[in-house]
Amino acid sequence: MNFDLTEERQMLQDSLRRFLRDKYDTATRNKILESDTGFSADIWNALAELGVIGALFTEDQGGFGGAGFDIAVVFEELGRAGVVEPFLDTAVLGGGLIADLGNDDQKAHVEEVIGGALQLAFAHGEPASRYDINRVTTTAKADGDNIVLNGRKAVVVNAENADMLVVSARESGDAGDEDGISLFLVPADAKGITLQGYALLAGGRAAEITLDDVSVPASARLGEAGKAFKAIEARIAAANVAICAETLGAMETACRLTRDYLMTRKQFGKPIGTFQALAHRMSDLLIEMEQARSAVIVAAGHLEHDHKARESHVSAAKNLLGRAGRLVAEDSIQMHGGIAMTQEYELAHIAKRIIMSDHRFGDTDHHLERYIAIAAA
Amino acid sequence: MDLSYSDEEKAFRAEVRAFLEEKLPKEMSDKIRKGEELGKKGQEEWHAILNAQGWLAPNWPKNFGGAEWDAVQRHIFEEETAAAYAPRIVPFGLSMLAPVLQKFGSQEQNDYWLPRILSGEDWWCQGYSEPGAGSDLASLKTEAVLNEEGTHYIVNGQKTWTTLGQHANMIFCLVRTDKKVKQQEGISFLLIDMETPGVEVRPIILLDGTHEVNEVWFTDCKVPVENLVGKENEGWTYAKYLLTHERTNIAGVGFSQAGLTAVKRIARAEMSGGKPLMENPHFAARVARVEIDLMAMSTTNLRIVSKAAAGTAPGVESSMLKVKGTIIRQEINDLARRAAGAYAMPFASEAIEGSNLALPDPLSAGPVAAQYFNNRKLSIFGGSNEIQRQIIAKTMMGGGA
Repeated sequence: MNFDLTEERQMLQDSLRRFLRDKYDTATRNKILESDTGFSADIWNALAELGVIGALFTEDQGGFGGAGFDIAVVFEELGRAGVVEPFLDTAVLGGGLIADLGNDDQKAHVEEVIGGALQLAFAHGEPASRYDINRVTTTAKADGDNIVLNGRKAVVVNAENADMLVVSARESGDAGDEDGISLFLVPADAKGITLQGYALLAGGRAAEITLDDVSVPASARLGEAGKAFKAIEARIAAANVAICAETLGAMETACRLTRDYLMTRKQFGKPIGTFQALAHRMSDLLIEMEQARSAVIVAAGHLEHDHKARESHVSAAKNLLGRAGRLVAEDSIQMHGGIAMTQEYELAHIAKRIIMSDHRFGDTDHHLERYIAIAAA
Repeated sequence: MDLSYSDEEKAFRAEVRAFLEEKLPKEMSDKIRKGEELGKKGQEEWHAILNAQGWLAPNWPKNFGGAEWDAVQRHIFEEETAAAYAPRIVPFGLSMLAPVLQKFGSQEQNDYWLPRILSGEDWWCQGYSEPGAGSDLASLKTEAVLNEEGTHYIVNGQKTWTTLGQHANMIFCLVRTDKKVKQQEGISFLLIDMETPGVEVRPIILLDGTHEVNEVWFTDCKVPVENLVGKENEGWTYAKYLLTHERTNIAGVGFSQAGLTAVKRIARAEMSGGKPLMENPHFAARVARVEIDLMAMSTTNLRIVSKAAAGTAPGVESSMLKVKGTIIRQEINDLARRAAGAYAMPFASEAIEGSNLALPDPLSAGPVAAQYFNNRKLSIFGGSNEIQRQIIAKTMMGGGA
């Protein structure tokens, strides 16, 4: 057993933490939140140069990491600083799916992603799919040499900034079938695509996407027809490891801010942290932090394992982080009092990141149900 | 034991319901149901509708122009207005300042200020908390010094968390008038015109992007001595009296009932595994648990309300209702954002103008996540839940806690 990071990952963590501490303070981030694009191209390019995106891909894919632990290291630091730039969507999901399924031509895009030049979005969820990743009703029908896409995609994060969309669509079977789902690489400006964009509560932007007779060549398909589900499931598992690690980093910040506040804020003539009612709650948060860290480590460590081990540990982590995250976010605000309710205080954004992470790729209840189902299978 | 309302109370409920059906503007209740801001104009409109009906001041004695309802009637009114998505009346003038004036103010003060509260001519806000005085309110530092002529107080200092202070033209403040005595014994209760030179209101934007609260700064503000309520240095007594009125409707039963109805509506529209989320046993159990808690809490509330109607002032029970009531309301906010799934993520940001004209809301859920964050305030303001627990412990354990 060895719970230390490798030297490379330690260096990545150090340099990323230093960069974000210097360049990504509350005021800078709040300006990004209010911008039209919802992200900073400067930050994106600087982090690409630092190797942050390359760390999310394996050597075979053109990167220098790509394992569960690499993803966890990167996203914990992004979470610690409350970063809103779309690393999850462009790299882990979009870039990851191209790397996993693409042919050589398609894989050329991965290099552009790693260099920071290409933005992607994963258009998968639909208005009636909630967290079911097999529920795809968008259709893909052959029309001569082309394929025509029709349907609606919900809350597609980073869609407006994306140069290309990775769109899931059904070529056969019924709404809930795993078989029959394909992925297509579609230029964002393709005819028939309509975007309705909006800001997200925890930062960044998303869009509702309507696909109205969007015609793409058959060469736009990623991998085999109707066989994309396994790759989608694996990438969402990686995304959930990233989300859990990010939440863990954000929880670290929430706890640090709360502990500092309890030791400096005075009422009734003494620091409020000396009141047992608050001191014990702080202790509970610190206990839950250790639980959360362990859950993330276990999930990251099983990302390359077999299907059952991977999915079971990822669902376990997402369930635990959902519970511990809510406790940390709510109690951190409560122990601060009014100050934590203000937009300009760091904790406000951090708490939103923590809570809203429960709304992507399955909440704490969904993953508890899934954990039970996997164990029974 | 009889768990039913009396015939008079039932008739009263029917009267309230008929009034709301007739007089509550549809566009107003739609806004409240969707969690949208009503704004100053909307607030004033509803204020005027209630005033015309004579129902604006349920808690005031009749001789001051109030309805003088008993606690059960007030409870029925609150339940019905919440269920109909009527706006909440801004409480600062009507149910916080007015009772203090009626008990401790001079005849002149009552004659002048009370009609202006009813007519809506004055919009009051509350100057209690300061950056350094939150839970420890008695440590407040804003000071008022009498000038040599004895005609004016000169006020300097800062108040914070001033709710809707941006709309107000008057503020009632706790100020320090004696620094040499025990903290609680050097505080006075002062009425200040917000137009006075030296008063400055600065907005505080909350984490959901809303502008609800403000900082209010005082620099050498001249306040006429006539605006002192009661006696100098006895303001703490009045403040404590006011806080007991701040705690009416503290349980928020009506809000919780309306919130739970909304959760069920969202969960019937949201699909999970090809079925409405409401049919998911796991989610249904979460809803049922809160419903059971709410049923018990609303009965506790009624038990206390009946006692109050019979003339017994609620004591420690209002602290208990504050704690349990806010836990339940916040849990309902949590369920609503959970139910909305990915559609809890979009955000109508006021900061990015014009960019969110059409937020997707296929579930008609409204801004559930923003409300979840905004209502974290419930367990913080009006005496945090920690302070309430301290009051309960002190009272029930004879000061030993």
